[in-house]
Amino acid sequence: MNIAVCVKHIPDPNLPGELDGQRLKREGVQGTLDPGDEFGVETALQLKQAHEGEVTLVSMGPPQALEGIRRGLSMGADKGVLVSDDSLQGADALITARVLAAAIKRTDFDLVIAGVESTDGYTGTMPSTLAELLGVPQLTFTNAIEATGDALKVHRQTVDGYQVVECSLPALITVTAGVNEPRYASFKGIMAAKKKPVEELSVADLGLSADDVKVAQNIVDISQAEERKAGEVIEDDGSGAAKIADYLKEAKVI
Amino acid sequence: MPADTRLLDEDQRALVGLVREFGSNELAPAVEGYESRGEDPRVLYAQLAELGLAGLPFPEDHGGGGQPYSNYLLLIEELAYHYLSFAIGVSVHTLCTFAVNEYGTEQQKKDVLTKLASGEWFGAYSLSESDSGSDAAALATKAERTEGAYILSGGKVFCTRGEEADVVLVMARTGGEGPKGISAFLVEKKTDGFSGLKKEEKMGWRSSPTWQLSLDEAQIRVDRRLGDEGQGFKIALASLDSGRLGIAACGTGLAQAALDATLEFTTEREQFGVPVAHNEGVQFMLADMSTQIEAGRRLYRHAAALRDAGEDYSLQAAQAKLFCTDAAMKVTTDAVQLHGGYGYITEYPAERFMRDAKGLQIVEGTNQIQRYVIGRRLTS
Ligand SMILES: Cc1cc2nc3c(=O)[nH]c(=O)nc-3n(C[C@H](O)[C@H](O)[C@H](O)COP(=O)(O)OP(=O)(O)OC[C@H]3O[C@@H](n4cnc5c(N)ncnc54)[C@H](O)[C@@H]3O)c2cc1C
Repeated sequence: MNIAVCVKHIPDPNLPGELDGQRLKREGVQGTLDPGDEFGVETALQLKQAHEGEVTLVSMGPPQALEGIRRGLSMGADKGVLVSDDSLQGADALITARVLAAAIKRTDFDLVIAGVESTDGYTGTMPSTLAELLGVPQLTFTNAIEATGDALKVHRQTVDGYQVVECSLPALITVTAGVNEPRYASFKGIMAAKKKPVEELSVADLGLSADDVKVAQNIVDISQAEERKAGEVIEDDGSGAAKIADYLKEAKVI
Repeated sequence: MPADTRLLDEDQRALVGLVREFGSNELAPAVEGYESRGEDPRVLYAQLAELGLAGLPFPEDHGGGGQPYSNYLLLIEELAYHYLSFAIGVSVHTLCTFAVNEYGTEQQKKDVLTKLASGEWFGAYSLSESDSGSDAAALATKAERTEGAYILSGGKVFCTRGEEADVVLVMARTGGEGPKGISAFLVEKKTDGFSGLKKEEKMGWRSSPTWQLSLDEAQIRVDRRLGDEGQGFKIALASLDSGRLGIAACGTGLAQAALDATLEFTTEREQFGVPVAHNEGVQFMLADMSTQIEAGRRLYRHAAALRDAGEDYSLQAAQAKLFCTDAAMKVTTDAVQLHGGYGYITEYPAERFMRDAKGLQIVEGTNQIQRYVIGRRLTS
């Protein structure tokens, strides 16, 4: 089974984000592979272990996005494709999907894996758009894979449980953070990753035109998210457990 | 403020990045639990092996990482930063692995080195006895040669990992008095006649087990003798030269952790309406702490660079062990002082750092013995 995994290099989400006009500042900040994408890479590696095949990491981003691909390669993926082009600066989710679709079509894929949403932009629309452009079924919010073979059967996480859904291959799935525990890159893996092939492509290499990558989206306004209020502190005078139970009942958790 | 990585090469930065990630995700949250229970962190050793970090300085064709010793010491410093007892365990394991790599026959390398370097096995090193510590060449454990085997009898003390190790490098006497009568043996776990007598209770390093061992007519096959008969003491000392650099790196990592905790505490803690770190008297102490750490780091890395270049480095290894571990003692003591009363209670790690530093001044040659080694080198 050949698998393409979408990976994104993003500003380190553990550091306070900075704005550059209407957009997140990306230049000159510490970057990292989107932690959400590590679940996708791990899913692919586990499927590869079971079914053989090749795992290709596909990314769109500035040249430093190569670091994100290297991270995935050091976990065990086989090769990478990086689409990097000045004309892609400020690309929105639609353009990203178009570019990734063009890059993935060049590979011989049975399955495409993406995170549910990126940890920087959080639009969550890219994977669905990508599946449409590739013309393959999509199973979203996967938190477990039950069977793979000619068909794919996964658990699709919902608010109160999960659905068991099935489709034929080739297909696209998005994975949640509950799907697995991503492995660390081993030291040998890190060393080996340096020698693994990464193809660097421009928009023209993909056969896309300037119009194809012209941003149609217009950001009207952005504002700070409201800070969450501090939680309620219960002093335990012996009745702490009961108070917590009351609270949970009120929240209809128990 | 963890160690400066600006002058490291790409491989070294990748290594440090990996160890820091492992350290903050896996070691830091676990250290207090293991230390308070006095429990050997087996799971963490297994994880280390999975990361390919259990045999970093040993050849790749025997399961190791094929890295220079300098890079291995970066690993040790970063491990010690998060969890000293664990770093000690890895350092002692390396002491044993070093000897097999350096002096083992092809067969021994195949049977033992591959397991040690890959982390399938963890090794120990047993030189000290109740009546021979600093004067290790006076050891009394006997190894009598019979048909096809040696019969080992005697007692060992202070053996890190001890009976819990998969294999122990045991120094025993095959000949007459003095260093030339000593040979080295690879004694595997569960060998008949070989057992742990007692696990010691200790001031620090509480999750690094320290054992008294008994050898009661333990039969060791001749092909498990490491090196020639009479070469054992030389092997033991060569391992220690290498191992001392590991202990030096442990000292630097531990001291760095103590400094960082102190910086955090003294900038948050306010007295007289200002953070205590705003007092010149406090800043001067912090300045001395950081300078000692940095000087030590340069010293051990210099010794390691000599080693990697194939130069004689035993003088510099002794200097590094002496300086870095004395610095660790001083820095951790000042860390407790600058935490005030909070430094003395177990809720903060400062007191553990101080207890842990003390052991570093004692093992692998006390710091008096380091001075003795240095003095003898300078004057002979
Ligand atoms: C936690 C722990 C783990 C250890 N792990 C191991 C291990 O894995 N394997 C192993 O073989 N050993 C191990 N050791 C033993 C350690 O190496 C010895 O404790 C150390 O070498 C000192 O020996 P000793 O305790 O017999 O002290 P002694 O040699 O009796 O020394 C007592 C004091 O006299 C001083 N002294 C002795 N001779 C001289 C001299 N010539 N000049 C000046 N001062 C001198 C010493 O510095 C010390 O202050 C461990 C010890 C500890 C505490």
